[in-house]
Amino acid sequence: MVNIVVNGTERQFDGDEETPLLWYLRDELGLTGTKYGCGIAACGVCTVHVDGFPTFACVTPVGTLEGAEVTTIEGLSENGDHPVQVAWRDLNVAQCGYCQAGQIMQAAALVDGSETVSDEDIDYAMSGNLCRCGTYTRIRAAIRQAAEAK
Amino acid sequence: MRDTPILNVSRRGVLGGLGAATFVLAVGLPRPGRAQEDEPEFGRDAMPNGWSDDPKVFIAIDADGTVTITCHRSEMGQGVRTSIAMVVADELGADWDRVRVDQAPGEEETYGNQDTDGSRSLRHFFVPMRRAGAAARAMLAQAAADEWGVDVSEVTAGNHEVTHAASGRALGYGELAAAAMELDVPAGDALVLMDPSEFRYIGSSEIGLVDNMDITTGQATYGIDVRRDGMLYAVIARPPVYGGRAARYDDSAALAIDGVEKVVAIDPVDFPTEFAPLGGVAVIARNTYLAIKGRDALEIEWEDGPNATYDSAAYRKTLSEAANAPGGTVIRDEGDVDAALEGAAQTLEAEYYIPHLAQAPMEPPAALVEIRDGRAEAWACTQAPQVTRLRLAERLGLEKEDVTVNVTLLGGGFGRKSKPDFVLEAGILSQAMDGAPVKLTWTREDDINHGYYHTVSVEKMQAGLGEDGAPVAWLHRTAAPTIGSIFAPDPMQKLPFELGMGLLNMPLAIENVRAENPEAAAHVRIGWYRSVSNIPHAFAIQSFVAELAEAAGRDPKDYLLDVIGPAQMVDPRDQGDVWNYGENPDVYPIDTGRMAAVVEAAAQGIEWGREMPQNSGLGIAGHYSFVSYVAVAAEVTVEDGFVSVPRVSIAIDCGPQVNPDRIRSQMEGAVLMGIGQALMSEVTFAKGRAEQDNYDTYLVPRMEDAPKRIDVHLVTSHSGYDQPLGGVGEPGLPPVVPAITNAVFAATGKRIRTLPIGDQLRS
Repeated sequence: MVNIVVNGTERQFDGDEETPLLWYLRDELGLTGTKYGCGIAACGVCTVHVDGFPTFACVTPVGTLEGAEVTTIEGLSENGDHPVQVAWRDLNVAQCGYCQAGQIMQAAALVDGSETVSDEDIDYAMSGNLCRCGTYTRIRAAIRQAAEAK
Repeated sequence: MRDTPILNVSRRGVLGGLGAATFVLAVGLPRPGRAQEDEPEFGRDAMPNGWSDDPKVFIAIDADGTVTITCHRSEMGQGVRTSIAMVVADELGADWDRVRVDQAPGEEETYGNQDTDGSRSLRHFFVPMRRAGAAARAMLAQAAADEWGVDVSEVTAGNHEVTHAASGRALGYGELAAAAMELDVPAGDALVLMDPSEFRYIGSSEIGLVDNMDITTGQATYGIDVRRDGMLYAVIARPPVYGGRAARYDDSAALAIDGVEKVVAIDPVDFPTEFAPLGGVAVIARNTYLAIKGRDALEIEWEDGPNATYDSAAYRKTLSEAANAPGGTVIRDEGDVDAALEGAAQTLEAEYYIPHLAQAPMEPPAALVEIRDGRAEAWACTQAPQVTRLRLAERLGLEKEDVTVNVTLLGGGFGRKSKPDFVLEAGILSQAMDGAPVKLTWTREDDINHGYYHTVSVEKMQAGLGEDGAPVAWLHRTAAPTIGSIFAPDPMQKLPFELGMGLLNMPLAIENVRAENPEAAAHVRIGWYRSVSNIPHAFAIQSFVAELAEAAGRDPKDYLLDVIGPAQMVDPRDQGDVWNYGENPDVYPIDTGRMAAVVEAAAQGIEWGREMPQNSGLGIAGHYSFVSYVAVAAEVTVEDGFVSVPRVSIAIDCGPQVNPDRIRSQMEGAVLMGIGQALMSEVTFAKGRAEQDNYDTYLVPRMEDAPKRIDVHLVTSHSGYDQPLGGVGEPGLPPVVPAITNAVFAATGKRIRTLPIGDQLRS
């Protein structure tokens, strides 16, 4: 039995403890905002926060999360109004949108965790998050905007 | 009228329900239900199931005034749900804040063609969607006039209400909707479209994406996200070699896993495969993790079949031999190339290689199907809901009417999701589970190992230059497996639509031109990949033009403009291109003036001619595709053999711009995808097996690979909306790669003729 908190709700998991957090969130809890893209921590579309740190859910076994607090895109803000989410909409960052939950979670951790955000910080922090549509230049702009708005 | 038959071998021809056996025969045959054989139809008229402009199909207005616009084209990041709604809402006179968008299921008999490919959605549906909106507005006005007992000419509809100035009365669209929808739809010329000067949404860059809130809060539903009560989850172990089969398998270990419900064998595929599942062994479980775990536990002995020895390095030599041998089928021939080469002051030749690519959309193929009471319902991230419906019905032994295909958002498509094999797999597995809802997910390994790959090609170029350095002869031999290989047994030559992707119809003014297409066989599934055959053609042609410029001692941009020549209208039929992206060549001739204008704009945007630091350089390329004109100027820096692309200027003339922000985003995306093709992306094969299987080996650009600056220039040769629309989703991509490799030459003096660059510049 694993006790974890997901988006503020206490959960007990009693399945195969090797189950990646990704599939627990998606298939068991129905939180499909966290996406599957690679299963090997190579694309970042599954990025969530575990105790505040951006984490790839696809390679994080639920069994390692006893007592952890997990935040997914669904729980990032009350009304979708985290500065990163707002900037994403302002700049029409998304194309297909599939990777953007992971991008937003990664970017939110960056913006929330630093006083200032340089372009180098952005490239470094975001390098694990792929976007096949090629929205990178808008992601950079949105992160800068969100960092300023904070 | 020309004698040249119009060859209906486009994507739509293929997707229009033509079976594999009839595919070849369908070329040039009259289509049933069409007016007359000698009246070729073009554009939206020629698409399977045509188009509709019926407001009752596309627009619903609730009593509270909420306007629901149905988008019948698949959203895969091009912004079509927003753009279609902008068009309808504008003509309707709707308040954008009260508009919502619904997605149509696959039902072309109702909506018209739904194949979301070929960069056609707005090109074909701008006018019908305008008409639908305008008709609904006229009906609302009539309903108000009837209500007030006044002539309709006295009322005005707009901003979500109808007003009667003389009496000061007003009724909201919601109040009028029920009565309005009872009225006859104004037909034909009775319908008056808005003057473009009145547009509020069309042409505006201020409209947010209709799915923005859902996307940024994790509420958007893609194919992989669909949930149904009692659903099961499946993955499939497919034959590692195209055309192989599972000879025998042991599923005892898989079935021993708690939560694995069933193991199902799927029949192997027959050639030509079209959209059929590849076969294999499926594991159905209580969640995706257990399905994958169960698949890992399967022991399968594969028979590899006829493609067991496919080796892409060896096959490159085969293609190269074919491309270097004279005598292939001549597909374009003007003047006397041999004599002109003979008499040239200097001759050049070059051979270019473009590898297999995987579309690798971030959302892999995924679909859910359930079957109840003899009716199947699918939810899928499909670009082709109609062909999905047809093939799913066939495979499940149902009537088309008993199959519903719901279209989710697509987490990228790039052509991969035009093929419904994955939806059929989900259907087969649901059937195996007595109709229970089964979600079939492709893992990333599945996606890259079992794709519908971009073809592989060798493009052999030869040219002769006159004393002045201008080209007097041009010979292009293209050797590449055809997409036709999934539709017909062993075709060895490219189809007209492939040849019409920038090879035959290159906008260069050279007197003696010959193009040849030697034979090439396919050993993997070949499929559409964003911009398709334009990728190799543009790379070869635009690289070679730059090579000629170098040989002539000229500036590459000036030379490119000279070779494009003076502004003129070129009839693609005169170049041997009978396809012309399905469009009427009289309406869509090749306008070399527009081509030159985008080259100038791209060059200006990068500040062409400026002094560059050591190891940095500028490159330029232009390409005409999907009846749009695009040029790219790129700046690269090469350090220790590593190429970076700090700045790109891309210019497009796609005719009238409906949603400028989404045109810009498509160009930005094309730049990134092109950077991947130029620098890193490649699928290789050994022993018939793909050697890459995930994003750690199949490389695509990351944040640090993105330019610091991408400037998009929207070029127009006409103001207003009377010019026909060009494509947007695909035409940005082809010129990106040669612009980068030409810039690499400027930076290093090294000419890239093999893609990707990879470690070619590292010592």
